[in-house]
Amino acid sequence: MTVRVQEEDFDVAAEITVLRDGDKRVGAVALFLGTVRDMNENANIETITLEHYPGMTEKSLTRIVEEAQRRFSIYGATVIHRIGALRPLDQIVLVAVKSAHRGDAFDACRFIIDYLETEAPFWKKEKTPQGARWVDARESDGEARRRWARVGDASADELDR
Amino acid sequence: MTSVRLVYLARLREAFSSSGETLEITGDRPTVRDAVEQLRARGDVWSYELADGRAVRTAVNHDMASMETVLRDNDELAFFPPVTGG
Repeated sequence: MTVRVQEEDFDVAAEITVLRDGDKRVGAVALFLGTVRDMNENANIETITLEHYPGMTEKSLTRIVEEAQRRFSIYGATVIHRIGALRPLDQIVLVAVKSAHRGDAFDACRFIIDYLETEAPFWKKEKTPQGARWVDARESDGEARRRWARVGDASADELDR
Repeated sequence: MTSVRLVYLARLREAFSSSGETLEITGDRPTVRDAVEQLRARGDVWSYELADGRAVRTAVNHDMASMETVLRDNDELAFFPPVTGG
């Protein structure tokens, strides 16, 4: 498992090579790449600044990946989240998962990004021509996470506190 | 007396014009609720931002907490808005 929080950009191809690491059991790698849009709620975005809570962030991301490893048959995962000032087109977040088959790779990748967006302590502040504003959490993020919470699943309850 | 380190993040850090402070809480086995009530009593932006119904999350020692979470000496209690990463 690789979990990193960094200001620097990342190279997706290089990260996938490191994740695969000559592992011949792997038949599938699924990835999610989040990037900065130029528009949000009808305002043009000049820059966004990503703040996080050092100490809790790494712990939270590690816990989410560990939960994905319990739920799905995967061989490893990489999560990289950038912080600091970013501009439209910049890469923000990478989630990559390796597995024997695509089903588990896709599911685990989606599980990780859905939980990350509701659990990991990151906050976005947008700078627009009208001024700076903190981005509000979207209700759809909570719904995306809840689809993973199965009845009677204690570990989901733990993450859903 | 229980002494906890408070951390304010994102919108709350700006609203309180502070990134954190040390808070002395009276009483046995104080909870996050006791800390919140002590801060609300300051009035102004404190009672506004920490009012019931405001979207504020808390973490104790880097784990998500609730109003009932018990605080111990030297715990780190963080206040922040709902997260918006990804």
